[in-house]
Amino acid sequence: MLVCRKWIARKRKPLPFTVEAFLNLFKDSRTVRGAGRLFCVGALWRKDGKMRHLTEIRWHGRGGQGAKTAALLLADVAFQAGKHVQGFPEYGPERMGAPITAYDRISDKEIRVHSNIYDPDFVAVVDDTLLHTVDVTAGLKEDGGILINTEKNAEEILPLLKDYRGKVYILNAHKVCMATLGKYFPNTPMLAAMVKISGVMETDTFLREMESSLKHKFARKPEVLDGNMKALKLALEEVVECR
Amino acid sequence: MSQKTRMSGNEAVAHAIRQINPDVMPAFPITPSTEIPQFVASMIANGEIDTEFIPVESEHSAMSATMGASAAGARAITATSSCGLALMWEVLYVAASSRLPIVMALVNRGLTGPLNINAEHSDSMGARDAGWIQIYAENNQEVYDNFLQAHRIAEHKDVHLPVMICQDGFITSHAVENITLWDDEPIRKFVGEYNPEHYLLKEDEAMAVGPYAVSNYCMEAKKAQAQAMINAKQVILDVAKEFEALTGQHYGFFEEYCLEDAEYAVVAIGSVCGTVKDAIDALRAKGIKAGLLKVRVFRPFPGEEMAKALKHCKAIAIMDRAESYSGNGGPLGAELTAALYREKVTAETVNVMYGLSGRDVRVEDAEEVFCWLEKMAAGELHFDVYPYLGLRD
Repeated sequence: MLVCRKWIARKRKPLPFTVEAFLNLFKDSRTVRGAGRLFCVGALWRKDGKMRHLTEIRWHGRGGQGAKTAALLLADVAFQAGKHVQGFPEYGPERMGAPITAYDRISDKEIRVHSNIYDPDFVAVVDDTLLHTVDVTAGLKEDGGILINTEKNAEEILPLLKDYRGKVYILNAHKVCMATLGKYFPNTPMLAAMVKISGVMETDTFLREMESSLKHKFARKPEVLDGNMKALKLALEEVVECR
Repeated sequence: MSQKTRMSGNEAVAHAIRQINPDVMPAFPITPSTEIPQFVASMIANGEIDTEFIPVESEHSAMSATMGASAAGARAITATSSCGLALMWEVLYVAASSRLPIVMALVNRGLTGPLNINAEHSDSMGARDAGWIQIYAENNQEVYDNFLQAHRIAEHKDVHLPVMICQDGFITSHAVENITLWDDEPIRKFVGEYNPEHYLLKEDEAMAVGPYAVSNYCMEAKKAQAQAMINAKQVILDVAKEFEALTGQHYGFFEEYCLEDAEYAVVAIGSVCGTVKDAIDALRAKGIKAGLLKVRVFRPFPGEEMAKALKHCKAIAIMDRAESYSGNGGPLGAELTAALYREKVTAETVNVMYGLSGRDVRVEDAEEVFCWLEKMAAGELHFDVYPYLGLRD
């Protein structure tokens, strides 16, 4: 279908064959898996021409909490899982505690667009006090979801999301951090939870890639590696779907 | 021969510097280019390269020290942005007229007023008449590849001019994206050793750099400098061809995307071009013949070549990410419009101001520009002054 679309775009002529006939070519051969994959790619094109095999994620945090680092780490680990990635912060007059935004695009094909993300598939909120001041669900797709780091329960959080009707996940990153790292670095557990809820890659692949990259990063501090890996694993268990 | 990885635009430039291992790098930090000297300093501390890093007290000193090193016979580079480039102003001209093959990594950021740190081309566009070659990039891959080609262009005997390798602040400098890195050995061979013919530390040749010149000689010197800029055109193409043979990456003065049969064309520089390409794909799917001319080389200005590539279009939008405050549009708009006139191109044209101080440009914004072009070609729309894209009321 990717081929079809490019053909139409270039030639603006109908295809010389039907899509069914094209897929039939693969029916009884060893390339059935290949054909299936092709079909998957095709099915992801929406009517408006946008891709669905592109996942867009927006991070909201406060300066110093590591939301930007989480976004860059997610891009990093998704790259290692074979994806095309774009991880970037939106810069303003940043200082500790001020609201900040960072973004991820994760795709199966080359990413060319260089704009911020306005209609994300998923949103991560690293600090729940932002729910009162920032419109965190702006443009968020209803078939996506929002992940909130909070010590509050679902009943307290849901009313703060106003009109948003999509899925809501909460994670008590403070609890995860204290149990594993002994210090509060909310971005590490939030990263793991985002991988799980967005499905941008298998969680096993994620843990494997994170372990190898943390091993490299903290070669001289193995104790940091253990704590972080525990935090990632615990966050995968602790994230709760509350709607 | 290559390694697929991911890194930011600043990391990509630092990686190119590591592969080139220049002799001297004086630099003063300024957002968003600060990371480049920072990464280079780490590489020196780790023993990966033996570049002499000079931490200077200002950008004026940075450019002066780079000039001094280059005049002495060293391969010298620096990096800066925005007001940093502005503070180098005086010395930029001296470096170019002294015909020193300096390479600068410029991370484009707007000049102050109001104070802002985001992407804009007002810094490099302000320096467009300083005599430097200027090469721009759409993404991290291009800025990396451009930097690897820069020394070959600057140091060529027919050129001997400084080169600015530009990328958009934050949009590419701080965005982690996929990139292909080339192996060290073939790249080092491609860049080659720097063996200047004339330099201050040459024992058997006494010379002066930058002395006073009387009017009897000044104009001839300036003409020679202008001729070097004209010569640079062929050298840029030759170096790109050699780079393509090595890496498979194709570069020229500009890139044409769906331009061959385009009725409506956008001409732009830098990171916005990726966004415009996505808009073109969406419009082409609807049967609208949209195309892009992405400017890579702004100095020397390939006006004739661009005008020829645009000749068949019905309407052309020339996008500027820098105000000239001339009341007559931006720098690319002014120069390309003149080139179109000389080539007798009769297409409708509009100069569009966009992305100032990092104002975001979405695919929808790029589609809107093409919508303007359709209406202009049909005689339904006319702009008395140049429009601002995405301006809030």
